[in-house]
Formats: sequence, C-alpha cells, structure tokens
Amino acid sequence: MNMMTEAAVEKALDQKMNAVPYKMIGKDVSVFYGEKRALFDVNLNIRENTVTALIGPSGCGKSTFLRTLNRMNDTIDHCRVTGKITLDTDDIYDPQIDVVELRARVGMVFQKPNPFPKTIWENVAYGPKIHGLARSRADLDTIVEQSLQKAGLFNEVKDRLHEAGTGLSGGQQQRLCIARAIAVSPEVILMDEPCSALDPIATAKVEELIHELRANFTIVIVTHSMQQAARVSQRTAMFHLGHLVEENDTDKMFTNPDDQRTQDYIMGRFG
Amino acid sequence: MSNHIVSVYDEDLKYLSRRISEMGGLAEQMVAESVRALVNADLGLAQKVISDDVLLDEAERQIGEKAIVTIAKRQPMAADLREIMGSIRIAADLERVGDLGKNTAKRVIAVASTSLPRQLARGLEHLAELALTQLKEVLDVYASRSPEKANSIRERDEEIDAIYTSLFRELLTYMMEDPRNITSCTHLLFCAKNIERIGDHATNIAETIYYMATGSQLVGERPKDDSSNTVGAVNG
Repeated sequence: MNMMTEAAVEKALDQKMNAVPYKMIGKDVSVFYGEKRALFDVNLNIRENTVTALIGPSGCGKSTFLRTLNRMNDTIDHCRVTGKITLDTDDIYDPQIDVVELRARVGMVFQKPNPFPKTIWENVAYGPKIHGLARSRADLDTIVEQSLQKAGLFNEVKDRLHEAGTGLSGGQQQRLCIARAIAVSPEVILMDEPCSALDPIATAKVEELIHELRANFTIVIVTHSMQQAARVSQRTAMFHLGHLVEENDTDKMFTNPDDQRTQDYIMGRFG
Repeated sequence: MSNHIVSVYDEDLKYLSRRISEMGGLAEQMVAESVRALVNADLGLAQKVISDDVLLDEAERQIGEKAIVTIAKRQPMAADLREIMGSIRIAADLERVGDLGKNTAKRVIAVASTSLPRQLARGLEHLAELALTQLKEVLDVYASRSPEKANSIRERDEEIDAIYTSLFRELLTYMMEDPRNITSCTHLLFCAKNIERIGDHATNIAETIYYMATGSQLVGERPKDDSSNTVGAVNG
C-alpha cells in the first residue's frame, strides 16, 4: 500500500472534520434589543458531538448568539430575533415549537453556579420530573445517579444527596448544574462562561467533563479565556461588534488565524 | 503590527529579537575571523574566535530562558507564539554556527605549520564568502520578517553545496599527489565541511523566519547540490 503523503492525510482529516453533520444551523441571525442591533446576519453552524467555542471581546454578541440557540432571549423585553435557526430539521423560532421542550433539548449552564435552594437530589430530579421522564421514584433515583456520574460529581456527593445543593463548593455547584442540565437528556448543551467563577482546579475538572460530554452531546461554550477555548474546543468562532469574524478549526485559530481582528484579539493587541 | 495591551509583553519580545540579532552579528564575525585565521595562519585570531564562543553559548542560554519565562507568563498565541518558538530555534542554529567557527579556528593550529596552496585557500575563502553572505542576508531577513526573501535564501544554498563538492575533489587530488598533504588536507576538508554546514544553518533560519511570518511550513525537499557523498565511488 502506498504511504499517504502529508497533504493527502491532511485532506482526509479535513474531509472527516467537514463530514461531521451540523446539529444546529444558524442562517442570517440578527438580534435587536429595541433599537439597538446586537447581531448582524450571523451564519454559524454547530457541528454534532463537537465543542464549539465562541470568543470575542465583551459586547461582541457571543452570549447573545448563544442565547438565541435555545430562545433564552425570549425572556428579554424588546428583544427581536430575525433569521433562521434549526435544530436538526426543526425551525426553533417556529411559533408551533414548544419552548419548554426546546430548552430540554438544548440545555444551558450559566456563568455563576445557580443550584435551586433544594437538596442535591431534588436539583437533578427536578427536570426529569416536570418533563415526565421518570415513571417511579426508582426511575428518578437512577437518572439522578447517572447524571451525577456523568457530571463527575457522584462520588463526592453520594453520601449527602439529601443535603442542600447550595452547601457544595463553587466547582461542585457548577458540576451539579451540569448534572441538572444532563438529567433531561438534552442534545445540545450551551455553556455561558461556565468556569469564570471557579478556581483553576475546579476549572480543570469542568474542562475534563466537557471533554467527556462531547461523546454524547453537542456543546457550545462562551469563554473569555483564550486558553480555555484552545483547550476544550474543536471549532472556534470569533465575534466582534456583533459580526461573526471568523470560524475555524481551533488548532488553526490559535496558531495562525485568517482574520487580522482574530489575530489581534487572541494575541492581546490593540485592535 | 499593533502593540500589546500589556506593554511589558512587547518589551519581552523586543528583548528576544534584539538578542537574536546580537547573536547573529557575533556568529557572523566568528566565522569570518576563523576563515581569515586559517588563510593567514593567524594563531592569535584563532584563539580569539575560540574564546568568543563562550559568549554565544551564554546568549543562547539567556534567550532560551527568556523564551520559557515569556511562554509561562503570557501564554502567547498565534504570531506571538510562533515568534517565541522561532527565537529558540534560531538561537540554537546560531549557536551551532559559532561552534563550527570555533572548530575551524581550532584546526588553524594544526594547519598553520604547513604552507597552504594559494589556490586552496582561495577556494575556502570563496566558500566562506558565500556562506557569510547567506548568513548576513538571513539576519537581514530576520529583521524584516519577509517570507518572500526567506524563501529565496533557501533556494540559494545549492551554490554553496556545489562549491563544497568541487573543493572536496580538489583536496582529494592533493592528497593523492603527495601523502604528506594528507594531514593538512584532512583538516581543511573538515573546515570546508564546517563552512558548508553554516550555509545549512542559514537555510534553517530562513525556514524558521518563513514559519514565523506566515504560520505555514516550507514544504518539499530543499534544493541540494552537495554530491560529495558520491565522489570517488566506483561507477557501475
């Protein structure tokens, strides 16, 4: 058999990467907060079982875009979204869509850990209960244990499942929130700066978790840490002043980006 | 390119490029002096080259340390990261150039007692001129970071290789003519090889600069015309 040339290998890898199907497709997405336009015709597709990092300076629209993916912007008055976003084949802004169900399919983890003021068990069981995913208490127990396992938290909390979730450390609380998001078996998990309130060790644990979750979920993460984006993601999208500036393989993005604005931003230079 | 928001970061990078330029100047000077010492049988000058090598080694060590600390402190990305990695590689190449100059200088002592045929000395001088031109130009390219120029330097290493091969043949002829030439000619052969290697290091540096500037590697075999490895081989 002939040895593949370096270029051929690269091409094969490219094709493999490009062959990953799109889980979500964003087409000409614009967002207005009243008169103010926050996003300008963003075309960004989210690949399945891939971690996509959204980066860019404050106010660039990356969190706004993230929130359009499960219609979190609906909760903001005067917020208007135009364009089209599909999840698999479903138009998520279709008036027929049940937003509650959408948010079960596209879960979210926020910047600050926000467990409910309830026990650890109740935090995780809440979603499956209201979505009718469990028929019995035993079913719920299984879901709670599995979700905590997947979030890498079970061993740390198994003896105090019925103590308050708010009694955990910050890093544990964030992993509890991830367990809560996983419990309803979402397809996509959105993370809005999930580590910005955590210390480096808790951050490393969450990053390790993101790496493991990728096998079963599609993940979109907003982060201000360039190093974190480089470490956890396979694709990176750079936003600037409401525009999508560049979307690229993460390895390429952080060694040799195509766009000058990306270059200036990731190198910490004046744009 | 615009400056960093953290201005000390710019100072770190400037330090690296200043030290590389200094190293380049010193390496260039050592090579020129080693060849002059060889041609003129100047033992004093040879000694100076040997002692200068310590400075070059020290500079490489300092550049390496600064690079490591900068990576740890600033977590450089993209062009900055390539710049720092490039500094480490170029410093290593320049340090090797210094070693090669020093090795030539050491041989001056062995060759000085014999009279060097004028023609051979001229051949060596010509080889050294070409290698030094390569080195000088690659250092200019380092200052300008021009990928086009870096690429053109890489293409020119061929000429040095060709002259080296012809010197090789010439030295063999002298050795065959009179076995008493063997000792000095062997030393000269090593000197010629040293100088030829300097051309290779200049080419390495050109490739590194190309990578620093563009983020892509120069692929494909570099042009080569050193066929000394087949000189004297029985045909068929």
